[in-house]
Amino acid sequence: MTTTATAADAAHLDYVLRIADSALILGQRLAEWCGHGPVIEEDIALTNTALDLIGQARLLLTHAGHLEGKGRGEDALAFLRAEPEYRSLTICELPNEDFGRTCLRNCLFAAFQMQLWQALASSSDAQLAAIAGKSIKEARYHLQHASDWTVRLGDGTEESHGRMQRALDYLWPYTAEFFSPTATDQQAEAAGIGPAGSSLAAAWEESVVPVLEVATLKVPARTPFLSRGKEGRHSEHMGHLLAEMQYLQRAHPGGTW
Amino acid sequence: MLTAEQAWDVLARVADPEIPVISVTELGIVREVRAESEAVEVVVTPTYSGCPATEAIERSIVDALREAGAADVRVQTRLAPAWTTDWIAPEAKEKLRRYGIAPPGAVADARALQPIGFVPRVDCPLCGSRNTERLSAFGATACKALYRCRDCREPFEHFKPI
Repeated sequence: MTTTATAADAAHLDYVLRIADSALILGQRLAEWCGHGPVIEEDIALTNTALDLIGQARLLLTHAGHLEGKGRGEDALAFLRAEPEYRSLTICELPNEDFGRTCLRNCLFAAFQMQLWQALASSSDAQLAAIAGKSIKEARYHLQHASDWTVRLGDGTEESHGRMQRALDYLWPYTAEFFSPTATDQQAEAAGIGPAGSSLAAAWEESVVPVLEVATLKVPARTPFLSRGKEGRHSEHMGHLLAEMQYLQRAHPGGTW
Repeated sequence: MLTAEQAWDVLARVADPEIPVISVTELGIVREVRAESEAVEVVVTPTYSGCPATEAIERSIVDALREAGAADVRVQTRLAPAWTTDWIAPEAKEKLRRYGIAPPGAVADARALQPIGFVPRVDCPLCGSRNTERLSAFGATACKALYRCRDCREPFEHFKPI
């Protein structure tokens, strides 16, 4: 095996892990709403979304395990890695805060997933393309649900509008990471595995900004701030999330239901 | 020993664990059945990525075929093409309606709609009224949404087109 092939394989694995880990970590965050939703219908909606995301993560992590070729399955990858090995986007690990911020993040993230799944349907990685073809159907419902609430709360009462604007001001800088160029992005695009984040930016903005406008929210200006979760450099929130998520497998290694 | 045709007949009696009025074949998730001497291989395309019923369905398929005399049953998962509610048989959609679940419309129609302000109109499966409202975009299972009829006042579930 040449050095170039090794580097390309590493980028391929890294690329799949990013998508897998983003779904896993946001799924874990949304699962925190179980039993805490403002009304039972929304409790169910958020946990159903969590379930879809964790389902996507399972398929992707299983695939990543095959690509890695070290015999690690979905559970080993989900529960037994250290923080810097997770390649999830930082926005996924941020605390839920209130229902409005949770819905707004779902809206921003689902719109990104829609673009990603669409592009991945023609991936040179057949398994990734198959997972994308399935997941886009789920993302469409997540986006509808989250957009609906973004509009209702944004264009709602003074209180709900204020909270949504603060949520947007908080979340918006983290969306820059969707599109930031890295070596993995470049190599994945060159190999036909999937799009570099940067090539999705325009379509994402076109889909998200009209929703925010209908929601009467002011889109913040871009700043130089750039989170780097997809490169394994996470925020202070990630360790706490992992402690809870990994506890059972760490305390009872190999335990199953 | 079973032929492929006999295996299909067995599977036509394996109920979906969440919606027991329809079978796994009517749901459209059984894509292929191959029978060779003592072995039966069933190709299944799962519904939602996070559907907890997927594993239960696999177990019921294996149990039913073993009981019918197949010595070796293997279930293979096929992801592409992705499962769609368009694969649910028309008779099964009618069974859903009689069971009180509004069946899914065509997927193409749902896709054409915009992401915001869109609530698909669904007829009440109980009284047939068109005057219904959506209570929740998600239901007790990933595949359903919760509605209410403004005429007969009954709540009901809608199997979402996907």
